[in-house]
Amino acid sequence: MDIKELKEVCRQVRIDIINEVTEAASGHPGGSLSAVEMLVALYFEVMNIDPKDPQKPDRDRFVLSKGHAAPALYAVLAERGYFDKEELHTLRKLGSKLQGHPDPRKLPGIDAATGSLGQGISIAVGMALGAKLANNGAKVYTMVGDGENQEGMVWEAAMAAAHYKLDNFTVFLDRNNLQISGTNDEVMSLGDVHAKYEAFGFDVIEVEDGNDIEQVLAAIAVPFTPGKPKCIIAHTVKGKGVSFMENSVGWHGTAPKEDQRQAALKELEG
Amino acid sequence: MSEKKATRNAYGEALVELGAVNDKIVVLDADLAPSVMTNGFAKQFPERYFNTGIAEANMVDMSAGLSTMGYIPFCSTFAIFGAGRVYEMVRNSVAYPRFNVKLGMTHAGITVGEDGSSHQSIEDIALMRVIPNMTVIVPCDANEAKKATFAAAEMDGPVYLRFARPSSFVFEEDMPFEIGKANVLRDGDDGVIFACGLMVKPAVDAADALKEQGKNISVVNIHTIKPLDKETVLKYATRCKKVLTIEEHSVIGGLGDAVADAIIGHGDFAFRKLGIQDQFGQSGTPAQLLEVYGLSDAQILEAAKEMF
Repeated sequence: MDIKELKEVCRQVRIDIINEVTEAASGHPGGSLSAVEMLVALYFEVMNIDPKDPQKPDRDRFVLSKGHAAPALYAVLAERGYFDKEELHTLRKLGSKLQGHPDPRKLPGIDAATGSLGQGISIAVGMALGAKLANNGAKVYTMVGDGENQEGMVWEAAMAAAHYKLDNFTVFLDRNNLQISGTNDEVMSLGDVHAKYEAFGFDVIEVEDGNDIEQVLAAIAVPFTPGKPKCIIAHTVKGKGVSFMENSVGWHGTAPKEDQRQAALKELEG
Repeated sequence: MSEKKATRNAYGEALVELGAVNDKIVVLDADLAPSVMTNGFAKQFPERYFNTGIAEANMVDMSAGLSTMGYIPFCSTFAIFGAGRVYEMVRNSVAYPRFNVKLGMTHAGITVGEDGSSHQSIEDIALMRVIPNMTVIVPCDANEAKKATFAAAEMDGPVYLRFARPSSFVFEEDMPFEIGKANVLRDGDDGVIFACGLMVKPAVDAADALKEQGKNISVVNIHTIKPLDKETVLKYATRCKKVLTIEEHSVIGGLGDAVADAIIGHGDFAFRKLGIQDQFGQSGTPAQLLEVYGLSDAQILEAAKEMF
């Protein structure tokens, strides 16, 4: 796909997210909207996957450690053809394959049960280690929220990724600076998170605008240093694409009302 | 009399045997190899062994990830950490998606001894039993520990294996082992003892002692706490009417409660649970601690006499 087409996918994914969360009347729009470009880059351009064969053994893996951004992942999977887009209307509803947080037993394209923060990155480390052991060439990607880095387990996983020399493993850090009750710095400062990942043994790449898919793709294209995992710190905007949601703490876990949906769609549909 | 052997040692041996026949077996521990007996596997199959450092949560979730790549991870630490510290990782990342991860946890119960309460897991059966999709196995001796480990590798899905620290009695009989199928070791009508783990031997001894006094007591080895062999439990409880459960675990949430759940509403029973009475352990030798918490051979015999 060319950049224009990828951008169009991103726009459509944002529309899907707004519709999903509005119809569910619950969910997390802010951190879903900030993550869109990274997910679209992975699923439409980078990863070795086959939506028609979601269990393909040597496929690349993605684990959404910040599982509450599930509406974004579901929209991307649907747009990529893993399942019928109609399913998006069922998010968070009784009996849905689209659980509030990702469920690998219910939805094709999901490889881990995440949502409890700190765990997805660790599962992904296990996958990357397994790919090394199987020597099947699979690459493993995960995405952590910036607030998620407050979980100590993230650093257990980071330490292990470097220790096992997982140069098939990439952590995306969705650096939107906000979490439920305020900015990261107000709640529990991450300090110099770049230096922290570097000190843990990662090659760290900063993406100035993580909502610019060209910049995201360029960061992914940076080759691995042999024996080192990669961390891409993507500076994003929480609520990106919907002006009244952008950089607003209140839209972490609040669903739009119908009039707000219409206002959001008007912006996204231009 | 047979040699004594710890169930954890048998687990370690089983891992080595499994590793030789199945290259999908991988083993992880959190820097306790000489204690959880994973060092044999580590030596034989270094490329499939991972010491994840003192980071139990990461060990469990790495195991979850490895299982999704087609491997069969056995991860091991002390039961206090493997069931307690990482409870929510086991629940959400392993059991909820029904991943094929085996939790081989050692040093369960108070027979850990001198390390004291911080290292004595008296709640792990309860914690693991309450999680959907989880199979919970408590082998009674080294032979059963080995068979349980093989059986866990054979089945698809999460399994919690509970092993003990000290050397313990090994039954000479070659007992069958099938997950979820209890073993009847003594068969009588005057009462039934349901026991698991290291408490099976004193239960058998108590029944044999009572036989000399003319009482025929059944002893059923409940090696699988979940899924419980409800049919056998109900059959023996109904026949014997007097039910005694014995476990090296809190009386809350463990074997006793599992048995009670199975028979409640099915008749009138005399029922007593022997175990640790809602209190923490402490330092001491295993023998001293069993005495303090009412689980010595003599106290078990006494309880059986009172009951039957």
